[in-house]
Formats: sequence, C-alpha cells, structure tokens
Amino acid sequence: MDKMARVTTALSGNNIMGRTMFCHLDAPANAISVCRDAAQVVVAGRNIFKIYSMEEDHFAEKLNLRVGRRPSLNFSCADVVWHQMDENLLATAATNGVVVTWNLGKPSRNKQDQLFTEHKRTVNKVCFHPTEVYILLSGSQDGYMKCFDLRKKDSVSTFSGQSESVRDVQFSIRDYFTFAATFENGNVQLWDIRRPDRCERMFTAHNGPVFCCDWHPEERCWLATGGRDKMVKVWDMNTNRAKEIYCVQTIASVARVKWRPERKYHIGTCSMMVDHNIYVWDVRRPFIPFATFEEHKDVTTGIVWRHMHDPYFLLSGSKDSTLYQHISRDAKRPIDQANPEGLCYGLFGDLAFAAKESLISSSTSSHDSNRKTYDRRHPIFFLRRPDPTEQFENISSGLSVFEPGGGDMGWFVATAERYMLTGRPLAELCDHNAKVARELNRWQVAQTWTMLRIIYCSPGSVPPTNLNHSIGKSGTALPLLNSFNIKELPPGIGSESRMEHNKGDSRADSILLDSTAINNEERHTTNLVLSVLWVLAHRGGAHTISKDTQESWFS
Amino acid sequence: MNRQTLCNSGDYLICGHCQRAVRRDKKIIIAQTSRGPSAFIPEKEFGQENEVDKITNSLVEEYSTSGRLDNITKVISLHPQYLESFLRTQFYLLRLDGPLPYHYRHYIAIMAAARHQCAYLINMHVDEFLNTGGSTEWLSGLEYIPQKLKNLNEINKLLAHRPWLITKEHIQNLVKTGENNWSLSELVHAVVLLAHYHALSSFVFGSGINPERDPDPLNGFQTAVGNKFCVCDLANDNTETTSHTSNEVEQNKDYESELEALMERMKKIQEEKEEEEASQEEMATRFEKEKKESLLVVSGAFDEEAISLSNVSRYIEDPGFGYKDFARRGEENLPTFRAHDYSWEDHGFSLVNRLYSDIGHLLDDKFRMVYNLTYNTMATHEDVDTTMLRRALFNYVHCMFGIRYDDYDYGEVNQLLERSLKVYIKTVTCYPERATKRLYDGYWRQFKHSEKVHVNLLLMEARMQAELLYVLRAITQHLT
Repeated sequence: MDKMARVTTALSGNNIMGRTMFCHLDAPANAISVCRDAAQVVVAGRNIFKIYSMEEDHFAEKLNLRVGRRPSLNFSCADVVWHQMDENLLATAATNGVVVTWNLGKPSRNKQDQLFTEHKRTVNKVCFHPTEVYILLSGSQDGYMKCFDLRKKDSVSTFSGQSESVRDVQFSIRDYFTFAATFENGNVQLWDIRRPDRCERMFTAHNGPVFCCDWHPEERCWLATGGRDKMVKVWDMNTNRAKEIYCVQTIASVARVKWRPERKYHIGTCSMMVDHNIYVWDVRRPFIPFATFEEHKDVTTGIVWRHMHDPYFLLSGSKDSTLYQHISRDAKRPIDQANPEGLCYGLFGDLAFAAKESLISSSTSSHDSNRKTYDRRHPIFFLRRPDPTEQFENISSGLSVFEPGGGDMGWFVATAERYMLTGRPLAELCDHNAKVARELNRWQVAQTWTMLRIIYCSPGSVPPTNLNHSIGKSGTALPLLNSFNIKELPPGIGSESRMEHNKGDSRADSILLDSTAINNEERHTTNLVLSVLWVLAHRGGAHTISKDTQESWFS
Repeated sequence: MNRQTLCNSGDYLICGHCQRAVRRDKKIIIAQTSRGPSAFIPEKEFGQENEVDKITNSLVEEYSTSGRLDNITKVISLHPQYLESFLRTQFYLLRLDGPLPYHYRHYIAIMAAARHQCAYLINMHVDEFLNTGGSTEWLSGLEYIPQKLKNLNEINKLLAHRPWLITKEHIQNLVKTGENNWSLSELVHAVVLLAHYHALSSFVFGSGINPERDPDPLNGFQTAVGNKFCVCDLANDNTETTSHTSNEVEQNKDYESELEALMERMKKIQEEKEEEEASQEEMATRFEKEKKESLLVVSGAFDEEAISLSNVSRYIEDPGFGYKDFARRGEENLPTFRAHDYSWEDHGFSLVNRLYSDIGHLLDDKFRMVYNLTYNTMATHEDVDTTMLRRALFNYVHCMFGIRYDDYDYGEVNQLLERSLKVYIKTVTCYPERATKRLYDGYWRQFKHSEKVHVNLLLMEARMQAELLYVLRAITQHLT
C-alpha cells in the first residue's frame, strides 16, 4: 500500500521545491525520463544508464544500471522511458535494435528484465501506454513499429509504416487505442492499436525527417511535431484532414518537443545540432521564444517537464555530459531584450519606420522636412485584443513612412542596368562603374569604385579576371567581408531565421489576419506594409499604427 | 575553346602512373584497347537512340557544366534515376550560387583529383578552370596559388586518405588565420567539393573511364591526351580479351555456380536472422575483424615504389601520403566512429545545409537514391531483394573508414562479399589509381556491367559520405 501513498503525493506534487541545479554525468546523455512521483530521473546514453534522485539543491546518484565488466550493446541506449504507472518499470531502446525492459524491483544487481530482439535496425523510440501497465510500443529504423505485451515473450503486433525509418512513436494521452508515429520522410501516421493492417490516417507534416511528436496533455486532438526543417507544428486532428493550426520556426533542426504542463499554448523544444539552448514557445507568438534556458554547452538531447502538473520545473540532459534542472523564474526572456522597432524600404524608395509609440511621439516635435505631418483623416488604428492568458508584454507602436527625398528612383534603375560585375578585369569594371556612378551624380559611390580599383588593382597584385563572386560575396578580392560565423549570431534569433521570416509574405498575412480588425481588401497593400506589420507582430503586443503619407491604405 | 587553352592543359597533364609503366616495361602498347566511354565495359552496353538516352540528353542539357555528354555521364546514364541526382548536385556545386568563386571551385576539384592522380578529372577541370577566368599561372603548381587555397592542402590530404585524423584543430587553422581565413560557408563548400572529387576519382578509376575524344580530329589534341592518359591499366586486358577459348563454356558454368552460392548465402542469412542472435561481444568482434581485415586487403601486385614525380604532383603536397595499413604495422589504431553519435541524416545534413544552403537536400537526395536504387535483379535472376547486398557494400566501405553501425552484423559482410570483391572495393575506395580491368572483371563474373556500375556508384557515395561525416564532425566540434 506503499504504492497508494505515492500516488497521492504524485497528484499533489504542485509544491515541488528546488532551484536551478545540475550534475556532471560520466558520459553524454541521449535521453532522459522522469519517474511518476517527480522525485527521480533516469539518464540514458551510449555509455551511461543511471538513476538520480532530485534533492532540494542537488542531484544524487541512486543507481547505476550499467552493470557487468564489459557492458553489451544492449546498454547503448537511444531512448529511455519510465513507466507512468509503475515506478519499478523502465524500457530502453538500444542502438543495436533491441528493446529492453528493466525491473527496479529485482533483488539482483542486474535489473534487466526482458529482451525483445525483433527489430532489425536501431530502435529510435519506446513508449509505454499511459494507462495500461503492460503495453509497450517501439519504433525503429527498419520502418516497423511493434507493440509488446510485457506478459508475453514476443511482440503482439507489428505495424508497417511502408516507408523509411520511424523516428518517434507516442500513445495518445486521451484516446485509448490511438498512437502517432513520425517518419524519416516527413510523414506522420495515426494508428489504431487494434488494427495493425493499415494506418488510420497519414499526412505529410514536414519537409525531411520528423524527429519528434507530443500529444497535448489537455487538448485531445492536438499533436505537436518537430522536424529537421527547423519547424515546430501543431496539428488539430479533430477534422477529417489534419489541420496545421500553429507553426513555429526555430533556428535549428528540432530534436524534441514537450508541451508545458498547465499552460495550454506553451511548448518546450531543443535542437539536434548547433543550437544548445532550450526554448519554451508560446505557439501563438511564433517569432520569439517565450523563455530560453542557455545552460548547456553542447546540444540538448532530452527534455522533460519534471511533473505532469507542474509548469515550473524542466529537466534536461545533454551531449555535454550534464543533467540540469531548470526553473522558469531563472529563464531568460528574450522579449525583454527585443527592440520593438522596425525599418523597411518600400518598392518606390519610401521608408517605413515603426517604433514604440513613446519614442515616436517624443520625436515628432522635431521631425525633419521629409516626414509628412500626421494625417488624422486616414488614420490606421488597430488594436489587438489583449488575451489575459498570454504572458507577453503589450507594446503599442507607431508607424511613420518617409518618402524619398529626391522623389526619383531613376538612378537606382540606371545603376542596376548599367553596372558591370563580371566579364572584364577588375580594374576595368571598377572604372566603368565609377563612371556610371559619376554620371548619375553619385559622387561618393564613384569615389568608392575608384578606391576599390586602387586597393585591388595596384601594380604587383594579380587582378582576378573573374569577379562574379568577388563582389558582394566573400571571395578573394574582398577578404574583409569574410566574417560569417554562427557563433557571432545573437542567441535565439540568428540572422538566417530572420531572413526567412522576411521572405514569408504569407506569414505576415496570417498575422495581419489574426491580430486585427482590418478587412480583407487591404491585404493587397504592398509588401512594405506587410513587412512592417510583421516587424510589429514579431515584437508582440498591441499595435497602434498610424500612417502619414498622402496615399491611402484603402485604395 | 581556343587552341591556346587546350595546349596549356595538355602540357600539364601527364599521368605519372602511366609514365612509370612505360618506363618499366616498354613492351606494353600504349593504345586504347576499348573504345567507348569505359575501358572496362564494351561499347555496346551503352545503347543508343532509346528512351533512356533522351532522358540523359535532356539532363545533360540542363546540368552539364562542360556542355557535352562526357564519359562519366555516359557510364552513369546506365542508371538514369541516379544520374539526375548526381548531375543536379554537381551542377549546384560548380555553377550555382555558392560561397566560392567559380575558378576556385574548379581548382579545388583539381586539387582533389590530383590526390589520386586522376588525369581524367584534372583535364576536365583545368579546362573549366580556365574557362571560368582562372589564371594560367595557378596551373604551374601550388606555389603559385593564393595562400588561402594553399591552406586547404592539409585537409585535402587527410580527407582523401585518412579522414579520421581530421580534428577541430585543423578546422580552426583554416578559419582563424587572419587575412587568409576561410569563412565556415566557404569551408563547407570546399570540403563538399573535395569529398565529391575524391569519390568521383574512385568512380573514374573503378569504371575505367576513357579520356574524352575530341569531336574535332583535325585539332591534333586528341592523341596528345590519349597518349598522356594513364593506359597502363587498359593494357592489361590485351591478353585477356584474346583468350576466349573452348573452355569458355566451362568457365561460364563456374561463374553460374558462384552466383547460385551467393544467392544461397543471402537466403541463409535471412533465415538465420529469425533463429538466433549472436552475442554482443561477438558482434563487436566481427566489426573489428572486418575492419582489421579490410586494412590487410591490398590490391595485389602493386609496386610500392614512390609516387612518380609526374606533373600531377604539382597540385599536391606530400604525395607519398596515402591510406596506410595501420593494423599490420601497429603504428596507429584506426579509431571507431559510432554512426549513431554522428549520422548524416541527423547531424551532417543540418550542418551542411545551414552553412551552404540547399546542398544538404541535394546530397540527401543523392545518398538516398543510391542506397535505395534497385531493379530487383541479380545477374540472371529476377525478383530478388538486394537490400542486404547493397547494405553490405555500403557498410563495408564505411567499415574501412572505421565507421560502425551498432545495428549491423558485420558477419554478413564476410558471407556476402567474396574475397575478390573485397579487394576490388578496397582498391577503388582507398587507392583508386591502382584499379585495373583485371580487378574489375575478377568479381561477380555473372553480373551485368550495369550492375557493376551500380556497385561503383554505391562505393563512390559511401566514400563521399564517410569523408563528409568526419570533416563535418570536426566542424561541429569546432563550433561547440
């Protein structure tokens, strides 16, 4: 009856105490899983398989499951899962294709219980049924999923994905018979555990492998998926066709997704490569993470919320051989550092600038001549209805549009038409372009071309005869431009992802729709407007947009 | 093409291998023994004016960099599905937007091919190097190229012969050297090019690709190249081709029984799998055994005489550096690379694609294509599942580079790949310049030529992936 007592503590576990803490593991972790009572965590990897208990201010090693002088490959774990009903029961997926169950109640040192050697390739994931003690599911590189009844020696059913390897399998939390499987080729399949002959539903979720999925703990039909294409998507399965309801673009391939307990729209993610941070996203605010944890020094390989009803504690294991407990109050909030300002050129050379309203209004008094006065006849106001569940700061911004001083963009077109960038020796190209610039009265640019010529074509140095790539790209001729380096990017928002966002008109579109009271007709207004709106939406909060050029947005 | 260009390139290209052969044995006739795109494959294998050729031609039109149907393309066109992936990738590497200037790309190709003295590829890219505005001076050798390119030498050498020695320090040396530094994007472009051309050298030698014939016979250039191309291998088959005698029938029977035996072994492995599993220690031992053994497999009568001081060596440093048989000498141990800790699908792809956008997708497509390509035939048999055989070939190549898959039983390699095939694989992958028609003919004698080309494609891609895994892992470590 010890068990019963534990169940009660588990359910009332909302008052976990603790702080951000970590411990060194002996080896890189591949996966972690937490015991139902939220007091212990298991860490598994190629060379590690240990259980730690979580004390108030440190981790304490409880048990080493890797026993024997020369542990076999069965201990080389790709995944581990702790049963959520029986705290003595664990399962691991081994890189050699074996599914192993472990019984902590065994008196011997070796807790290994059952071995299932049916898969021919690496097993990527294992998953226990949320309410059935004896049902275990596995997904393997060989393209098969297998369902095991732990009371039997062999699998009870085999599901063929009819495609490449299975990357993740997850039982639905609410629908007793349903499980989801994700595949290397970008597909997601839904299966009924009773019907191994064919899947109930299949759809393409990502471009490239889908590494992970997670069912929403409350919303019955929401499934989140993460892929190598750097996207996190939320699917609503209520309708006949799976519908993508949210999409978050991260900066690296997504290795794990885990819904945050008690926060309907929050989801934790970590990535497979390059980016070591853990992000918590509000899926309604896909452009900037709600919170980040930046402790790890190598990629995070496993994340799990410590308790299924506690949103404040997150555990993570990493290739850097550490195990961390993160606390939400210690998280970084990128929104606090974000500048709610945006700048964008329009098609005809006009420039839009959006900033916090307070900044704009203070500067209007001393505005320069190119800026049109505030025109109240065509005000564009829209206010986002504040959603009390959203924990983003509300910011209201103002938009100014500046028309080009000269009014004429002819020089730009002429430059584009007449510049030469290839096909002749560098010196000639520079001379030619300098001449073009001079003729267009752009003296400073002409000077720059002349200087380029002097720097790179002075006697003695060999002139590269082909310049296709030397100009504007980091070629030989312009070594100073050679500085792209991932490390230099600000965490959270790499320039790469920023560029991708900028490209997405459709993305800006959808934000426009969901955030305002503007009618459909305005959606054809130029990219300029969309981009600016994007910039604003990106920053979060309510927007007040004003426009003070003559042309109306409602044309 | 102007005459000047051609003469220039001709001047620089003398195959060292061939020179030596001539020196040693004057009796060998320097003449092409097989016409057509390959010296190993009869010309009639390459059908004409059919559907496949139409596809090939349209592909060449779209993706060819040289503007003609070269012999590599002709041979690969036996597998048109793969050809598309191949050409698209190569076109992207050489001609589309990328971090490196065009002439750099071709010079890097030359440097890579020179590691294996692959005159065919060097010829081709010397032309293209000049056509894309490269300076003739650079063709005089490494002393004449910018320091930045010269810095690439070390990684070229290691990547070609012992990629497991590449560490993050090598990467640091390239990206942090002040004014001559490589940006990470440029470096990734460069290493993909290097790996591509090392692997392509394997294919060229492994398939006995003939030098291009110049369409214009009056040019006088054709013979020049012909003479300078390494034909010592081609000479080998002079005797063999004439030795078709009465025992040919008997021989055919022999070959047939070989094929039957292989089919039998495949069936047996399939059945055994369901029966019993080898212990984990046994599995580890099997991998180590194959790895050790692969190091010992040496392509027979090859004189270890120092690499000749041919003109090719102007493009490389330390020409004596090659794939060494460590196991035998006990000097160094080939470390084991666990495929599950750094795989192409999960890790390599993301890194490559991040630094040099879209190349990841193209390579992914190509690797997947070659791995899954099958016509469900084996020689005369139809409806055969060849998955096991393809996997054995792919994994054996990776095994030679120390890459181990936990979920693979290396005992299969031993059962499926006969000794002569192992020798061929080892030669083509590690010392492609030593490949001969005898080695090519020596294995799977019942199989069709197109099937052997398929094998070569698998070897090429497996080698390329292995090289990439090592160098990308080093870059990842540098970034971490």
